[in-house]
Amino acid sequence: MIWLDTIAQGILLGGLYALFATGLSLVFGIMRLVNLAHGDLIVLAAYLILLVVTLLGLSPWLAVLVAAPVMFGLGWMLQRWVLNRVLGPDILPPLLVTFGLSIALQNALLEGFSADSRRIPNPALEGASVAVGPLNLGVMPLLTFGSAVAVILVLNRIIYATPLGRAFRATSDDPVTAGLMGIDPRRIFALATGLAMVVVTIAALYLGTRANFDPAIGPARLIYAFQAVIIGGLGSLWGTLIGGVILGVAQTTGAALNPEWQILAGHIAFLAVLLIRPRGLFPRAND
Amino acid sequence: MLLQTCGLHAGYDRFKALFGVDIAVEPGECVAIIGANGAGKSTLMRAISGVLRSAPDMVLHRGVPIGHLPAPQVMQRGIAMVPEGRRLFPSLSVEENLLIGAQMRRGTGPWALESVYELFPILRERRASPGTALSGGQQQMVAIGRALMSNPDLLLCDEISLGLAPVVIRDIYAALPRIRATGAAVVVVEQDITQALTVADRVYCLMEGRVTLTGRPGDLSRAAIHDAYFGGHA
Amino acid sequence: MTPTHWRMTTLTRAGLVTGGLALALIVLGLVLPAFASRKLIQDLFYILTMLTLAQLWNLLAGYGGLVSVGQQAFVGIGAYALFGGVILAGMDPLLALLLGGLAALVLAVPMAFFAFRLHGAYFAIGTWVMAEVARLSIAQWKALGGGTGTSLPRDATSGMKVLDWIGALFGVRAAAARDILAYWLALMLAVAVIGGIYWLLRNRLGLGLIAVRDNIEAARSVGVDVRRMKWAVFLLASAATGVTGALIFLQTARISPDAAFALTDWTAYVIFIVVIGGIGTIEGPILGVLVFFALRSLLADYGSWYLLTLGVIAIVVMLFAPRGLWGLISDRTGVQLFPVRRWLHGPGVGEETSR
Repeated sequence: MIWLDTIAQGILLGGLYALFATGLSLVFGIMRLVNLAHGDLIVLAAYLILLVVTLLGLSPWLAVLVAAPVMFGLGWMLQRWVLNRVLGPDILPPLLVTFGLSIALQNALLEGFSADSRRIPNPALEGASVAVGPLNLGVMPLLTFGSAVAVILVLNRIIYATPLGRAFRATSDDPVTAGLMGIDPRRIFALATGLAMVVVTIAALYLGTRANFDPAIGPARLIYAFQAVIIGGLGSLWGTLIGGVILGVAQTTGAALNPEWQILAGHIAFLAVLLIRPRGLFPRAND
Repeated sequence: MLLQTCGLHAGYDRFKALFGVDIAVEPGECVAIIGANGAGKSTLMRAISGVLRSAPDMVLHRGVPIGHLPAPQVMQRGIAMVPEGRRLFPSLSVEENLLIGAQMRRGTGPWALESVYELFPILRERRASPGTALSGGQQQMVAIGRALMSNPDLLLCDEISLGLAPVVIRDIYAALPRIRATGAAVVVVEQDITQALTVADRVYCLMEGRVTLTGRPGDLSRAAIHDAYFGGHA
Repeated sequence: MTPTHWRMTTLTRAGLVTGGLALALIVLGLVLPAFASRKLIQDLFYILTMLTLAQLWNLLAGYGGLVSVGQQAFVGIGAYALFGGVILAGMDPLLALLLGGLAALVLAVPMAFFAFRLHGAYFAIGTWVMAEVARLSIAQWKALGGGTGTSLPRDATSGMKVLDWIGALFGVRAAAARDILAYWLALMLAVAVIGGIYWLLRNRLGLGLIAVRDNIEAARSVGVDVRRMKWAVFLLASAATGVTGALIFLQTARISPDAAFALTDWTAYVIFIVVIGGIGTIEGPILGVLVFFALRSLLADYGSWYLLTLGVIAIVVMLFAPRGLWGLISDRTGVQLFPVRRWLHGPGVGEETSR
């Protein structure tokens, strides 16, 4: 029974990792850009929600509605003014720019909010749980997983059934020809990064309400997001969810054996997948 | 004058391909650009469509300087391109490939999904297939249809017969009169001189980045074309 | 014209000047402890080790196209191997430096095996994950203090004969003599690494590397074995990084997994040094480390502002001068201190080359 519980917790944790990973996956899919500051942007969004909650006295759920447009704008500007200038055949410039951004963001947050760990207050649901059969599952973990599924459903709908998504896919295929169709790739990239930042805000809500956070935890979130993406296979959002679940289950299982092994177990699961299926479990056909 | 290039210079980083090219296209006209491999035909198309930038007044569209505009803005002014090698979007179905042509500019004119399917009926059958699953000729039809979807007043066709069987080329060129009947001007880049002379109202011959011959097909002698194409021998 | 009238050289006047200057600098460096303060020696130790790490990262990323964000793995494993060798096996610390290099080489094999399965940007995060795995695994090694770390026993380092000799030579105490020894080792290591990289770049491997960096398909088509080349560069850089890591922690004499495997100290700083100085050149990291150290001295009291500034500078450099400070200087003046470009000297203008 302990094991069943461990696995259930792991699956739900995977929802959180999938939320971390979805933005990363979206941006990579459209512009082949890996944003090394992705984890720090999640932490930034968590502070932003915290700020809105404390300053405006809103509930965290409403605070997300305030924070999401701000993060969208931030992502849009970041892409338009910084990242678009370094995108190209050479992968080095965007990597180094986002790495610089990661270090700068961490230290800006440290300066602004100190190294103390914080938490987004969520008195209504903190610690609440429901009984599902023999299991007792936390309401917040369940909501996290549900949100991950909802986010992926909405994103897939946008990507595969709207003109914007069509432009995303066309630009991802061939930016020059997309330009001949009247689509400005730089604008599409800015919109995609903005959209990814909205997902990042949702991820930050759960990051910040479920556990403590501080300015230094961004890089680890980037690593979990990255592992979920690679395990799932590049280019498939559902694959990313499954990648997150595998990572989550590996971590909770490791932690059940020895609390010190939680993170290590996740890394080992990742390496095992990389060993057996270098392209991930559900790779996109043409890439 | 619908389109005019004035002393157009263009090229790539270290390699210039066009040296002062002057061409002109009247509304509704069909102009063919001929020339050997490397004469600068595709560079000319890329410079007009905005893929390559030049000085503003080296390219005029309805008298407005557009040489400096990027491709998306050129397209929105009503110049659509069928790029060399077709360049369909592999992630998009045939129908989505067509729809994306009209996404940023619908324009006023007859072209929409329905009329493109009437022009190329086979595409209706294959509408749900990925664009790249089609035969070369069918892909070329999608590429032409995609460009028409924006109802351009100028259609640029870059090497649309390249790599296709003669019978397929005939089918594709058979669509040209119906496209022209809607009032759009067409520029075709062709290596096949006979084909070009058949369809065009006027012909420009390029060699080594310069216009070496221009005129109506009926007025041009075979020898003159030969000289303009391969270089005159003293 | 016969081809014998053509000769290929990489010599430039600046290159010759560099050679003489470098030799003078090395000699000066060796005798420096006779009149320099202990603080200066310690600062120079730091500068030299950071320079070495930067040159090695530059070899990977700037020449090999391998953007590793996991170099802390090799610093850490090298340092831990030294501590393990000295504490658990009673090895001589100087010999244990080489053990550090060996351990890094051994770690590099599985790391390359996994990371090379990831392409481009994902390679970067892959190396980072591997470094994390190494850190977490080492933290389980209870004999070396687990997560809290351990110190080198005093007698293990001060018992070295060479320290008595240095002490007598300069008339200093054991602690200062240890600093001098570490500084000399750092100097020799830096010279060896820079010299080695320069030599490498001027030889077949270097030509192949530059070919791969500029155009991987073309390089393949003229017979460059890209995979083997990447392996060779990765293993070489890893081993040398391991020795450097061992030396750094020999000097501090205290180790913990978080310090030895620190992303900021051993990879972030190193990346900033290379980016600011100029990636893909040997001169760049040298210039970069000086700028880095000046900034550090200037901003040391401002804590996180220091790193914030470094991050922003790196972004600005990549946006507006992607070839770094050295790129700016080199473009203006045409100076090359470490010429790796090949110059073709022919018999005259207008002559046709014979086939």
